[in-house]
Amino acid sequence: MEKREVIIVGAGPAGLSAAVEAATAGCGVLLIDENSKPGGQLFKQIHKFFGSQEHKAGIRGIDIGKRLLEEAENLHIEVWLDSEVCGIFDANKVWVVRNKKETVLLQGDRIIIATGASENAVHFPGWHLPGVMGAGAAQTMINIHRVLPGEKVLMVGSGNVGVIVSYQLLQAGAEVVGVIEAAPRLGGYGVHTAKVRRAGVPFFVSHVVAAAEGKDRVEKVRIVQVDPRWNPVPGTEKTLKADTICLATGLTPLTELAFLAGCESTYSPVLGGHVPWHNSAMRTSVRHIFIAGDISGVEEASTAMEEGRMAGLQAAASLGHVDEADAMIRGKAIQARLDALRSGLFGEKRKNAKESIFSAMGNSNNGAR
Amino acid sequence: MRRIEHHPILGDLAETSEERIPITVDGKTLYARKGEMIAAALMANGISVFRKTEKKKSPRGIFCGIGRCTDCVMIVNGIPNVRTCVTPVEENMIIRTQEGSGEWGDTGGKT
Amino acid sequence: MKGVKIDGTPSAEELHASPGFPQESIRKGPLAFIECVEEIPCNPCATACPRGAITLEGGLTALPRLDAELCTGCGLCISVCPGLAIYVKAREHEPGFSSILFPYEYYPLPQKGDPVECVNRFGKSICSGTVLSVRTAEKLDRTALIKVSFPQAYFDEVISIKRLPNQ
Repeated sequence: MEKREVIIVGAGPAGLSAAVEAATAGCGVLLIDENSKPGGQLFKQIHKFFGSQEHKAGIRGIDIGKRLLEEAENLHIEVWLDSEVCGIFDANKVWVVRNKKETVLLQGDRIIIATGASENAVHFPGWHLPGVMGAGAAQTMINIHRVLPGEKVLMVGSGNVGVIVSYQLLQAGAEVVGVIEAAPRLGGYGVHTAKVRRAGVPFFVSHVVAAAEGKDRVEKVRIVQVDPRWNPVPGTEKTLKADTICLATGLTPLTELAFLAGCESTYSPVLGGHVPWHNSAMRTSVRHIFIAGDISGVEEASTAMEEGRMAGLQAAASLGHVDEADAMIRGKAIQARLDALRSGLFGEKRKNAKESIFSAMGNSNNGAR
Repeated sequence: MRRIEHHPILGDLAETSEERIPITVDGKTLYARKGEMIAAALMANGISVFRKTEKKKSPRGIFCGIGRCTDCVMIVNGIPNVRTCVTPVEENMIIRTQEGSGEWGDTGGKT
Repeated sequence: MKGVKIDGTPSAEELHASPGFPQESIRKGPLAFIECVEEIPCNPCATACPRGAITLEGGLTALPRLDAELCTGCGLCISVCPGLAIYVKAREHEPGFSSILFPYEYYPLPQKGDPVECVNRFGKSICSGTVLSVRTAEKLDRTALIKVSFPQAYFDEVISIKRLPNQ
């Protein structure tokens, strides 16, 4: 059986950052991804990121992705693409189907799972019609493949994903006929909603899709207002002409591998549902396994990268590649950057949710354990 | 549904242009950009129905775009249930709309 | 006018209550306006200002505060704002006309001298304007800066231009 010191599953922002950090510390790293290109969802983030200079604020996600890839290349990190990890068992054995044909069993001294999250669906009559798709799917189409999925788009959900993708659909040349939100208030950052609004896109709070209609694809969509108990208000139905409906209704952490491996779970609605228990060092209940990014709770690419750095650093430290004092100092610096990203109106809930998970593991304060 | 030729952030497509390759979709020759996913190539060519369901023949297209939901599966080079959103196009690939769970066809030796 | 969490765009009350939005100004020349009314972790505007006119008191999530006395309206903060929430307005660019320098990330770009429709925060066309300049320096990282003149009567409302037809 082939062995590696650190095996990382998922080459998105968290996995790449973990790989860079662990390799810099001197670990032998193998990074595995099921896609044919690394970068995960980072390469469709064409907007400038928030944060401060140390979080690379003001730089577009695509360019942050390019820098990360360059770092990984300079470190000569071994990367397996088109390779699916189908299971993790006996704590440190990783079963990979490589290049869609050969099956390989690997042993890792440490495993970092950074599988990300998948989009939630909402159901309504006609939701199966071609033209109804995840907002992330539409974002991949426009920003990676340069294909406009439709001309007139209704966005369902006003969180940051919904409003950012709405803006990017406008940039790609589509018309966004509206953004609807089931809650009575919009979810995303005001600066995002404001730039979509000034482009003439209407927002409908307390509205849901009543039905999508069309023969071979969406041709129109009926929306309806809901009361505080989520019941449709009679007489409030509106019909909008749309050929595409994008669903931006939240994300769920992709936890299957962690749970297969025996990681204990905890439930956090704020972070997207069931997530593997972890401490602030991103270590799970299975000693050899660390997690980072959306699998540990749905947040943003900027937090995913910091968590990846934390997991990479702590995995390396636990293997003796970083001395304890050094790991402590660097861990604290990463934690401070994470805390900064989790502050304010929007971040605080996530910070509290994270901290309640950490304390459930019984060692809440230092990342260097 | 169309190609995005110009983009304020990503630039003109001509600048980033990759090789144009022929594919066959339900017997018709269409063109795709090398390296892109089958689903993207079909959408760029105005195709939104990728398969029809077994009983009601209800149309389905791309939904999740990351290879998880399997709504976009088609018969590719004779192999049914290929996830078109995560399978890159290849030159002269033969792609067919799938009905129900699909049928195996001439795979040209590939399985 | 119900505010940013209902309409998607901040109300006059929300703007006037925020420290980045200059209060009633009689200045004729250019001045930055920051329409940032929610505490999010972000500070490139403060980092970019060469004169220290923008500060965040109390950490990364504090609302940016603009010191109108120090602001020269240079516009260096505009393109670095990830929220595209900053523009520079001059009340009297020339007699009877104001100007706005704002970020623009759509294709195609307008050209100098073009007539354009100016829009308010709801995207509604409210008056016509003329493009004075279009900046696309590499440092702006693909956020173009467009300067438009428009009738002074619309000073408070104009925030951008109507997008030009794509392709």
